[in-house]
Amino acid sequence: MLPIKIENISKTFDGVKALDNISFTVEEGELFGLIGPDGAGKTTLFRILTTLLLADEGTAEVLGFDVIKNYKTIRSKVGYMPGKFSLYQDLSVEENLDFFATIFGTSIEENYDLIADIYRQIEPFKKRLAGDLSGGMKQKLALSCALIHKPDVLFLDEPTTGVDAVSRKEFWEMLQSLKEKGIAILVSTPYMDEASLCDRIALIQEGKILQTDSPQNLITSYPHPLYSVKAQDTYQTLQTLRLAPFTRSILPFGDTLHLSTKQGGSIQEIEDFLNAKSQSQIEVKPIKATVEDVFLNLSSPQTKESPS
Amino acid sequence: MSELVIDVNNLTKKFNDFTAVDSISFYVKKGEIFGFLGANGAGKTTAMRMLTGLSKPTSGQALVLGLDVNSSADRIKKGIGYMSQKFSLYNDLTVKENIRFYGGIYGLSRAQIKSKTEEILEELSLKDVAKKLVSELPLGWKQRLSFAVAMVHDPAVVFLDEPTGGVDPHVRRQFWETIYEQASRGKTIFVTTHYMDEAEYCDRLSIMVDGKIGAMGTPGELKEHYSTDTMDDVFLKLVR
Repeated sequence: MLPIKIENISKTFDGVKALDNISFTVEEGELFGLIGPDGAGKTTLFRILTTLLLADEGTAEVLGFDVIKNYKTIRSKVGYMPGKFSLYQDLSVEENLDFFATIFGTSIEENYDLIADIYRQIEPFKKRLAGDLSGGMKQKLALSCALIHKPDVLFLDEPTTGVDAVSRKEFWEMLQSLKEKGIAILVSTPYMDEASLCDRIALIQEGKILQTDSPQNLITSYPHPLYSVKAQDTYQTLQTLRLAPFTRSILPFGDTLHLSTKQGGSIQEIEDFLNAKSQSQIEVKPIKATVEDVFLNLSSPQTKESPS
Repeated sequence: MSELVIDVNNLTKKFNDFTAVDSISFYVKKGEIFGFLGANGAGKTTAMRMLTGLSKPTSGQALVLGLDVNSSADRIKKGIGYMSQKFSLYNDLTVKENIRFYGGIYGLSRAQIKSKTEEILEELSLKDVAKKLVSELPLGWKQRLSFAVAMVHDPAVVFLDEPTGGVDPHVRRQFWETIYEQASRGKTIFVTTHYMDEAEYCDRLSIMVDGKIGAMGTPGELKEHYSTDTMDDVFLKLVR
């Protein structure tokens, strides 16, 4: 039984297409990432799959159950961690966990082993009000509450947004160990660097899926020659290369530029061009694309910027 | 010696017996893009609140634009710009009204507001949507508008609080180009973030750990010092 099966789902709000003909599946035991910026439609899709919102068109099944006909069954079998912290701020850590366990007809003791690795980190603070926890601790409590009824599928909507790099890393390690326990996970994130931690990903922008594949396959599918360019003055170099005849696209990646070229732009040609424009300390290297390069290549920069 | 826009010496802030900021010292030069990083709870926000004149230090000194944060907080507030990704604009005001509002707050004259409005609408190609509510704008436009509004009184230094988290990769790059452009015109940019890919856009970085500055340098220097390829790994090695 497929944990998640989505076929041609569309949803429109006030004339804006939030989801446009979305289809993909999540396989058993898979950690699947939905990767895209704010406003791409990630939360809308999560709400449809967790039976909180009706799609305009298309069908979706979770664990073989239809999201409309069998919504009650689905609700008892999935764990959902919304993007916005949604626990009771005026209940303690332990009371929140106990509340969710009771709602689902179970107890903390019964499924303690599933949440132990995560909950143990916040257990010393179990008498503290949830509203007084730090961001990283809130996140761990929310995950514990989403897991306490031993769900077969876990929906995590932007669990790492607003969380620092250390907590992010720990969180992804927790997801790996949950996955090893056989739980299928659909996780969304706006951070492209988290894509490589998933088994498969779907890139989403403006309600459309750009591509679905393993991170490795996505990266090797990048169709153009790609170079990293470093120079003393990044901003000047960016502007210079934008006008070069061999440039297909030139985009800043921190203190480095990623230059994708049309056929024929060799390292020598790039260096000569920059030298002729008196840029100094130039370093050009061929590189492998990242998931972000793939996203930038597949998505169009114009859609959001052209004045309508 | 370049002009120092921010000059901090042994700056400390205590809340009862908890030391949130523990004797930090650093400087930011004119025209620099300076990244101010740290884990959640490391003291970033407390330090920035002192630099922007919102909170008084327990001890130590900080000069912003040559003014002491202890004695000249109000003058500092007038001289700096501040942008946070989340709260900068009023969604229920139009583009033009937002510019007028911030211009008024910063004490610009009617004539100045008028010319500044023209200038912003022109530079950001927002003329066609000047009378639209900000809530109707795409995120990328909102972001560039909030930056423009933070610069409405022509401050020499602007503080950006986690400016591009979660934003579309194309839009985010357009935003950083705007930042580079301002820096090349001599504006000083102070960025707090805990996203390391954002950090890589900065000229120089400091990383706060438990109230202290744990490391400082260019992204290249830090990566070399910690023998890693990414700022993410630098951060993990330092903080974990």
